[in-house]
Amino acid sequence: MGILEVKGINKRFGGLQALGDVNLSVVENTVHALIGPNGAGKSTLLNVLVGKLAPDSGSVLFDGKSVLGRKPHEINQMGISRVFQTPEIFGDLSVIENMMIPCFARRDGSYRMHAFETVGSEKGIIEDAETMLSDVNMLEKRDMHAASLSRGDKRRLEMAMCLVQQPRLLLLDEPTAGMARADTNNTIELLKHIRDSRDITMVIIEHDMNVVFSLAERITVLAQGTPLVEDTPDNIKGHPKVQEAYLGETAVD
Amino acid sequence: MDQIFLQVLNGLDKGSAYALIALGLTLIFGTLGVVNFAHGALFMIGAFCAVTLQKILTLSKITIDPTKTDFLGNPAKIKTPYVEGWFGPDMGAMIIDWSVPMAVLFSIPVMILVGFIMERGLIKHFYHRPHADQILVTFGLAIVLQEVVKQFYGANPIPTPAPAAFKGSFDFGVMLGIDANKVIYPYWRMVYFLFSAVVISAVFAFLRFTTFGMVVRAGMADRETVGLLGINIDKRFTIMFGIAAAVAGMAGVMYAPINSPNYHMGMDFLVLSFVVVVVGGMGSLPGAVLAGFLLGILESFSSMNEVKSLIPGIDQIIIYLVAIIILLARPRGLMGKRGVMED
Amino acid sequence: MLGLNKKDTMFLLIVIALTMATPFLMQPFSEGSALAQFNGGYPDLMAKVAIFGIFAIGFNILFGLTGYLSFGHAAFLGVGSYSAVWMFKILSLNVFPAIILAVIMAGLFSLVIGYISLRRSGIYFSILTLAMAEMSFRLAYSVFTPLTNGETGLQVRPSDVQLLDGPNAPEYPNIFGLLISDSYKWEVAGHVFTFNVGFYFCAVIAIIAFYISLRIFRSPFGMMLRAVKSNQNRMSYTGLNPRPYTLAAFVISGMYAGLAGGLLAVMDPLAGAERMQWTASGEVVIMTILGGAGTLLGPVLGAGAIKYLENIFSKINETVLHDWFAFLPDSIEDVVVFILSRFTGHGWALTLGLMFMLVVTFLPGGLVEGGKRFFGMFKRKPKEPDDAEHHPETPPHVAE
Repeated sequence: MGILEVKGINKRFGGLQALGDVNLSVVENTVHALIGPNGAGKSTLLNVLVGKLAPDSGSVLFDGKSVLGRKPHEINQMGISRVFQTPEIFGDLSVIENMMIPCFARRDGSYRMHAFETVGSEKGIIEDAETMLSDVNMLEKRDMHAASLSRGDKRRLEMAMCLVQQPRLLLLDEPTAGMARADTNNTIELLKHIRDSRDITMVIIEHDMNVVFSLAERITVLAQGTPLVEDTPDNIKGHPKVQEAYLGETAVD
Repeated sequence: MDQIFLQVLNGLDKGSAYALIALGLTLIFGTLGVVNFAHGALFMIGAFCAVTLQKILTLSKITIDPTKTDFLGNPAKIKTPYVEGWFGPDMGAMIIDWSVPMAVLFSIPVMILVGFIMERGLIKHFYHRPHADQILVTFGLAIVLQEVVKQFYGANPIPTPAPAAFKGSFDFGVMLGIDANKVIYPYWRMVYFLFSAVVISAVFAFLRFTTFGMVVRAGMADRETVGLLGINIDKRFTIMFGIAAAVAGMAGVMYAPINSPNYHMGMDFLVLSFVVVVVGGMGSLPGAVLAGFLLGILESFSSMNEVKSLIPGIDQIIIYLVAIIILLARPRGLMGKRGVMED
Repeated sequence: MLGLNKKDTMFLLIVIALTMATPFLMQPFSEGSALAQFNGGYPDLMAKVAIFGIFAIGFNILFGLTGYLSFGHAAFLGVGSYSAVWMFKILSLNVFPAIILAVIMAGLFSLVIGYISLRRSGIYFSILTLAMAEMSFRLAYSVFTPLTNGETGLQVRPSDVQLLDGPNAPEYPNIFGLLISDSYKWEVAGHVFTFNVGFYFCAVIAIIAFYISLRIFRSPFGMMLRAVKSNQNRMSYTGLNPRPYTLAAFVISGMYAGLAGGLLAVMDPLAGAERMQWTASGEVVIMTILGGAGTLLGPVLGAGAIKYLENIFSKINETVLHDWFAFLPDSIEDVVVFILSRFTGHGWALTLGLMFMLVVTFLPGGLVEGGKRFFGMFKRKPKEPDDAEHHPETPPHVAE
């Protein structure tokens, strides 16, 4: 029984079957990659997992509890965090404030009106936020406006914001898309470090096979909204069906 | 039965005004993506085009007639409008009498010009600003326009009569074989409804059957793609702004005999027409027209005594109530596309 | 002090000093001098500045922090006024029950309207608030006439009962016997300064209101509200529910509006529905933005500037202008006076509209940003933010 159990998920957009009978089981404390060509339904599946989309049928269990029908913030409070393809951060706020907000969410739940404390007096929160910032080497950018960060820094910030919540499941949507080679390698190192240093399960969507094969312990290949195969990276590499559906295509890329 | 018929008729003229303003608002919103709080002011300026033309036509030469005296014993001053001097008394009087319909022609170039100036001078700079900023700056503009009009025309409503030929009323009762005098409807309101039907059809035909309209519609659907085709969509959108202004202006001109124009009529209609747009669905032209008529008719139904005694005060709030319910139950309105401005 | 850091304490003290000294500051010219007409130190005007300052401070908690643009806040002001006048009629002419009920009623009313309106965001939210406020306005004129006294407006009459007041209680709003309308005039060196009970009452409440808003701005709650404005999506995916935060902000700003409405009734025990019209809501929007939305001081500055200028501009009629420009040749004088008189006297609204448009277009941060830019010109070099590690407790810089 995995920490995340997806069973029989179907989702139609008009005439398009975006997800057809998707079953997926993610084992706790592993890195599970979802790969597949564009339009295979990877992002749709992720949107179902975080409560952004309601599927037409099927069930999603996280740690034995159903995720479906819950609002995104409730799902997050269950222990699922998501990193987006284009970084979603609080652009108008400073970097440290960006970090403090998830700390508050972890400590106080989805709503608490602490209108009569000052931000400055929240020592524990500030400490957590700064520790995480230094973990991702961004402490010196503490007081910068988040919107003025470089794209790579925005991604690192978003990842840090997710990690500081200590989620049990981290969903990553193409964490290295559009990154330069050096940045990609840094991200791989960061994710490896996270994988090896904490109890965390990760589901990662990625096009860059280098990233996938250096991180993932299990790989599911999606095509046209349905899982083709699920196996270890080594087996996936040589799988004829996968080569046909996916890797052949990227090789041309 | 005749009551219902009468209320439908009564709703039509107000509904026509709502529909015309909402149509222009939607055109601007759909093409330029701008929320224009100054659109009511354009309606008001239109109405004052009618006032202005009437004033120009009645500009008079004052002659002193020594043979007559006024009640103070001074020689009487006789005003003769210049037009009567030029075209003869009969023709001149007719021209004056028909000043409102003529003001429609007069208003088109004026309103298009006003629209161009507004778009090029102000709105253009707000395409990439948040919607809140657009609302705010056009709200400021609405205040400025209404104050300018107030400076020139004063605070009191200015009666602007329709041509004498339209003074009477239809008696639908007689026409339909019901009792006479039960369903009477002023001619001018009928004219207003027909006029708006023509304008609305013209706008739709223009968008549907001309290449220009096709490009604009494509641009409304997907601005970027059309831009990629090398078509200068911005220029066309500017022209659409002028057209939307002209539509609002014409609606105002023709409305002048129904309600004497005053400087704050724009603000009065603005809120209602925004409500209409939202009910119809942001960005949907047919929705705007449909909702305009629907709300106009609903409003007149709710002002029936039977309804009022059932739900007191309903006539005052029906439009808002409908809008609130629609916004909550179906945020994209009657005919809107999903997701327009929902974030 | 008071849970504020050093900088904010100084800031608050300055605001208190300025507020308390308003009777001097707004009365800079000696009586009888040519500029005496620019004096604004009448109790009525000064109290209005304080009251609309409160209104704008509250509105800013909603609009400035969360970005939700409400066009219906005048409805809460109106509810506050009506509640206060009813308190005067039934219970007591003491001001405290009146303003307490005003705040509570406005709070409840804004809870209902906020709960409904906040289901939508962006322009839909604006239109929902607009529709609700317009509905309240019209109902106040029609169905609710027994409560609002329709177009005449609600007023205190000698026949009203005032259950708590004894036979010798004052016949005018009072603070435990001290009449709101009482003033002390101080004449010194040709200047006349008026110290009015009503103004100081409003001023003290305005300072408290400002202090509360300062605390909210510096609190984690305030930070969450700014997060709502910045990125609601990220907020949800961070496990936070934006709705109760925005609703709390909405109700707080509604209560501020109710307080302002109550104080208007305190200064002049009369309430009319025109206070609820959507253009009245537009006024507080203008004040907040003119001063600087999202800043602490901006709304107060905006309210002060607008109420003061409104007063001054309305007084400059053509005769005054002719006086000023008498030195010009007659024909030029006439032209100048003609043009200027379009913008003064009855033309004040025109000037206000133009000012507002200019600010929205060129100075979206309002007067506060204008002031910063102005003083920034005199600094040689923008100060670099201090090294973070030396000041780990400094709250993140919000806005002055």
